[in-house]
Amino acid sequence: MKVLAILLQTLLLLALAPLVSGCIKNWKAKLQNRRGPRPWQVYFDIAKFLRKDMVISEHASWIFSFAPYVVFLTALLAGLMVPMINTPAPLSLFGGVLAVVGLLALGRFFLALAGLDPASAFGGMGSSREMTISAIAEPAMMLAIFTVAITAGSTDLSQIAQSTQSATWKLLNPAHVLAFAALFIVLLAETGRIPVDNPATHLELTMVHEAMLLEYSGRYLAFMEWGAAIKQLVLMTLLLNVFFPVGLAGPGDGAAALGISLLAYLGKLLALSSAVVVVETTNAKLRLFRVPDLLSAAFVLATLALLSSFLFQ
Amino acid sequence: MNELSTTLLTCALWAYVAGMVGALVFQRAERLANGIGFGLAAVGGCCGVLSCASALATGAATASRSFELFPSLIPYVRFSIHADALGCFFGMIVSLLSVALSVFSLGYARGYYGRKNVGVLGALFNVLLLTTTLVFLADHAFFFLIAWEIMALSAYCLVSFEHEHEETRSAGVLYFVMSHIGTCCIILGFLLLFQASGSYGFDSFHALGDKLSVGQRNAVFLLFLFGFGVKAGMVPVHIWLPAAHPVAPSNVSALMSGVLIKTGIYGMTRVFFDFMGTPPNWWGVTVLAIGTISAVLGVLFALMEHDLKRLLAYHSIENIGIILMGMGAALMFLHSGHSMLASLALIAALYHTINHASFKALLFLGAGAVLHATHTRNMEEMGGLAKRMRWTALFFLVGAVAISALPPLNGFVSEWLTYQSLLQGFGTTTSLIRLMFPLSGAMLALTGALAAACFVKAFGIAFLAQPRSEHARHAHEAPFTMLLGQGILVAACVWLGLFPTVFLKLLDPVTQQLTGQQLSQQLSLAGGLVLSGGSAQGGTVSTLGITLMLLCLLPVPLVLWVLFARRSRTRIGPTWDCGLRGLTPQMEYTATGFSKPLRMIFKALFRPRREVQREYDFSPYFTTTLRFESHVEEMFQTRIYRPLRWLVLRASRRLRALQAGSLQAYLIYIFITLLLLLMFAL
Repeated sequence: MKVLAILLQTLLLLALAPLVSGCIKNWKAKLQNRRGPRPWQVYFDIAKFLRKDMVISEHASWIFSFAPYVVFLTALLAGLMVPMINTPAPLSLFGGVLAVVGLLALGRFFLALAGLDPASAFGGMGSSREMTISAIAEPAMMLAIFTVAITAGSTDLSQIAQSTQSATWKLLNPAHVLAFAALFIVLLAETGRIPVDNPATHLELTMVHEAMLLEYSGRYLAFMEWGAAIKQLVLMTLLLNVFFPVGLAGPGDGAAALGISLLAYLGKLLALSSAVVVVETTNAKLRLFRVPDLLSAAFVLATLALLSSFLFQ
Repeated sequence: MNELSTTLLTCALWAYVAGMVGALVFQRAERLANGIGFGLAAVGGCCGVLSCASALATGAATASRSFELFPSLIPYVRFSIHADALGCFFGMIVSLLSVALSVFSLGYARGYYGRKNVGVLGALFNVLLLTTTLVFLADHAFFFLIAWEIMALSAYCLVSFEHEHEETRSAGVLYFVMSHIGTCCIILGFLLLFQASGSYGFDSFHALGDKLSVGQRNAVFLLFLFGFGVKAGMVPVHIWLPAAHPVAPSNVSALMSGVLIKTGIYGMTRVFFDFMGTPPNWWGVTVLAIGTISAVLGVLFALMEHDLKRLLAYHSIENIGIILMGMGAALMFLHSGHSMLASLALIAALYHTINHASFKALLFLGAGAVLHATHTRNMEEMGGLAKRMRWTALFFLVGAVAISALPPLNGFVSEWLTYQSLLQGFGTTTSLIRLMFPLSGAMLALTGALAAACFVKAFGIAFLAQPRSEHARHAHEAPFTMLLGQGILVAACVWLGLFPTVFLKLLDPVTQQLTGQQLSQQLSLAGGLVLSGGSAQGGTVSTLGITLMLLCLLPVPLVLWVLFARRSRTRIGPTWDCGLRGLTPQMEYTATGFSKPLRMIFKALFRPRREVQREYDFSPYFTTTLRFESHVEEMFQTRIYRPLRWLVLRASRRLRALQAGSLQAYLIYIFITLLLLLMFAL
């Protein structure tokens, strides 16, 4: 049963992640009066990358070949700790939100090292910026998560989701709204979205995530891209099921409840993706040194969330 | 403590003594001195680890009695040793490091053949190990202070070992001065305790705090916090640490960062938890606040360094901060009477203590191996070492992952426990002060993320990409003993990371002694596979499970590889260079460049200054020569210590008038002092 749950969630993560990226790309184009790539284009891209030959830099060490696996696997494993369509998550015993954040950080650590490895200035620039942005995003993210974790009395995501599902939960609880806002900003930063990073740029001096991937090709690139998509899906799921656990199936629910839960999850995912699309289309990319302002705003929001949970308890 | 552990412990101490004597006797024969000095230190370390670990594991440490090492002929002084649980735990740390560092030193000291006196190095190294062990085990305030002082002096000698460099000499003096200011406070603290108990034995100090008056208690707290804080390197009395640790020989740096600063932590734990009874709330608040500030400032200053060893030294301040956070939280919980949470926080602090000892020593040894190979501590002159020093690079990477608190290694586990105790602390009071817990948790998150950034820089710039200098290009792998020493610590990091529930059993006697609680049963779930934060609902983590699951998921990319990429080929090609004729090392990202965004973001703190001079012929875009200088201000140096030093110098210039050189005047001084003292006594 447990093994089945793990397998199913792994498959769901693998299958859904490219679709979410593709949908965001497609809708963004639509909103900008372009036709854009088809939503499922990302699958073809990954398949093509997988088949292609690889060119590896002569300066690169084993880190370069090791990093794609770390990035891909840590994102996937983090996903197994987040409840997607039912609680508890398949691997909730192996780690809660702190482990999810830690695993994603492990992936980022190796991604940034891989950016430095081929001796290209672009990669170093990307690594430097990625680590900077993630460092200032981290306190906001943790504080927002702590606010929910303290209310739920647990750092286990499944427990948090269950406690938000309970009867006393209110949609417009100020602590939750503020924490959600803070985490949404962090989501934009962590997944490399406008206004923090532009996922559509290649070879510009403003790029962050793409700069680190510049030397990758072939199946390593596929793993990196897919890993990034999975990471995005994991963070979005975390946001959705912690703050809006509507329809989330419980421990003893049958197949019908799971089906409804899946539909509800997809619906919520659509809504959150369109929110990302709207933000990306209506905003310009920020200058690098304006990004800390945005993230400190997130930190302030998270602090306010904490304060209000303290006041309105 | 049973017969066997006592014998082993005595063996360990005598091995250090023999190592010291042997190294001095054979100092003319370098190889022999090296072998005897460091070989016996390794033997002593092995005995110490076995003794302390077995005492902790069998629970013998709780029932141990003190015994006299040798009879004393001086009144008030007893040379007695009491290997209780806390002492054993710290003794285990120093012995573990002693093994790894001595093995490393066997190879490392060869670099000094013909240049320096290896015998003296080995002897001082043994003295330092011996006295540090005695500090942890002493059962008598005088004996403790004697060991403490010899430890400080031998560390001073080791810091100044390469005294031909100006930088080393001034760092040594700074360490000497700071260390003695701290010792002064500790002596005063012990005198206050003596006043209340009438004895210098540690057993008479136990739970003494409840009998002291409020003013005395607070004075004792502040004196010991300051005195031990200097040794631990907490902000703002940390300034000696980034100066002294880098200039010492690398094996000594590892010992200092790994163990020596932990004597401060030991002292605080001993005094605050064993001697002082139930603490008032502000003690815990103060320690938690100091810990948080030390953690954040330590890592921020580390980011600005491009001297590999100074960078590591600043990280020691950061980690001391993390340990103090756990300790402060534990004090707050003791105050509010939550002894289970106090034990959890204390476990987090002590766990981080041994973790920091293992990964920091590992990183310093890695830095030592790099220094050995490239003859520079400047990261901007390294690069490409991962291909030339494969094993060292791998070991350093393990240390970097561990110190950045990334799963599944040991740094993650202890920080996870710290997070858990901070989060659960929110419910212990209803006052506004409880907001401190999540806020320091957020700062811990910031610290972790910045540490990751810093170690991406340290590893990425030093070990990856192209070599940035001729020395780095011709770097060679370290000899086998140096690698073995690092390997021992790698094994420690991995073991402490993957099997926390096994290790927690060793901490049971310690928490039993200090807070009256044993938590290892409660913290371990699913047969020890899963670590919990006190209750199954509160949150669980399993580093071993994470590692195994990562291996279980590995087939996913491998199957994809087989399915899709069977026929694809891999070519080695040049890095894309924008159409130039090849990339040179000058075009790589530098350590300074890497940390530039953070320098700009925190510029209110760093006050960066830069001077650029460029010469050009016809257009500013075609520079012929360029001189670039960049400075970061260590704000404590310029704001506190420089004015303070100026004041002290001015005061001593005034006081110089007293020292006129005439004997009669001096006799009068003595007479007056005597008179005053007599009047004071009557």
